[in-house]
Amino acid sequence: MSDTAPEAPVFYDTQDTHHHAPGGSTMLGFWIYLMSDALIFATLFAAFGVLSTAYAGGPTPREIFELPLVALNTAILLVSSITYGFAMIAMQEGRLGGTRLWLALTGLLGAAFVGVELFEFSNLIAEGATPQHSAFLSAFFTLVGTHGLHVSFGIVWLVVMLVQLGQRGLHPENQRRLMCLSMFWHFLDVVWIGVFTFVYLLGVLR
Amino acid sequence: MTEAAHGHDAHAPGEMEGHGSRRGYLLGFALSVALTAIPFWLVMTGALHDVQATAIVIIALAIVQILVHTVCFLHVNSRSEGGWTLLAYTFAAVIVLIVIAGSLWIMHHLAVNMMPMPMTATGSEP
Repeated sequence: MSDTAPEAPVFYDTQDTHHHAPGGSTMLGFWIYLMSDALIFATLFAAFGVLSTAYAGGPTPREIFELPLVALNTAILLVSSITYGFAMIAMQEGRLGGTRLWLALTGLLGAAFVGVELFEFSNLIAEGATPQHSAFLSAFFTLVGTHGLHVSFGIVWLVVMLVQLGQRGLHPENQRRLMCLSMFWHFLDVVWIGVFTFVYLLGVLR
Repeated sequence: MTEAAHGHDAHAPGEMEGHGSRRGYLLGFALSVALTAIPFWLVMTGALHDVQATAIVIIALAIVQILVHTVCFLHVNSRSEGGWTLLAYTFAAVIVLIVIAGSLWIMHHLAVNMMPMPMTATGSEP
């Protein structure tokens, strides 16, 4: 016999009963995805760093990299960052037309970036500097190609957003999607800083 | 555990603070242009006449530019999402540094210690 009377069971509600706006955690979740994407690029940068002098008797960075072309590409991507910024500002001010105009400009700049990169790749391959030639070239094409692939998918996303904006306007869901794409786009520009510094500029210096 | 993240319930999605002003974007853009142009100019003209010094300067400028983009374009600060963005960013940065620096460090020593025969081409390893 216990000396305390049995108490009525008490229930503690451990579930989160706060009301959440739908999509309220999307931004943070997408940010975590971007950070994991940064790890993919970190491994590719590490591989390139280790293999960057493994020429296997093939061409060296100084012989094959054309810095004016890289400078052009860097400028295109940098300008596309500010045009996306202007799209976000137009979105905050509720101007649908301005948002679509700046987004379209950003998409065109992104397409120009991918175009210049493909032109560079085709030049390299035409010169015989193919990914199969040396570990340096394999690592180079993998790293820069992965970045270019990200930009290409960013353009696809951007076109989808332009269509969505045309059909449904600047409703909260589209605003959230545009903010995620904004993070994605600026993140790719950050990765490109690493690419032009560590791959192209340091490569030519070496 | 997630109380800090819940502090933002008052904000509807799309109304989160810290998404930048025109001034912030223009400032970031101006800084980025300078931080991009200087390293390209240094390397393309060889203005410093010293490979080592040029390499150190352009790496330093790249790190500064990454920070400028993070603050001005990605709007990472200690307030957004209750600080979780900054925490995730810092964690990712540490892992990125460990992966890159660790790989270079280990593979450099591996190359130095395991090279079976003198190979002149490896003399210029960074």
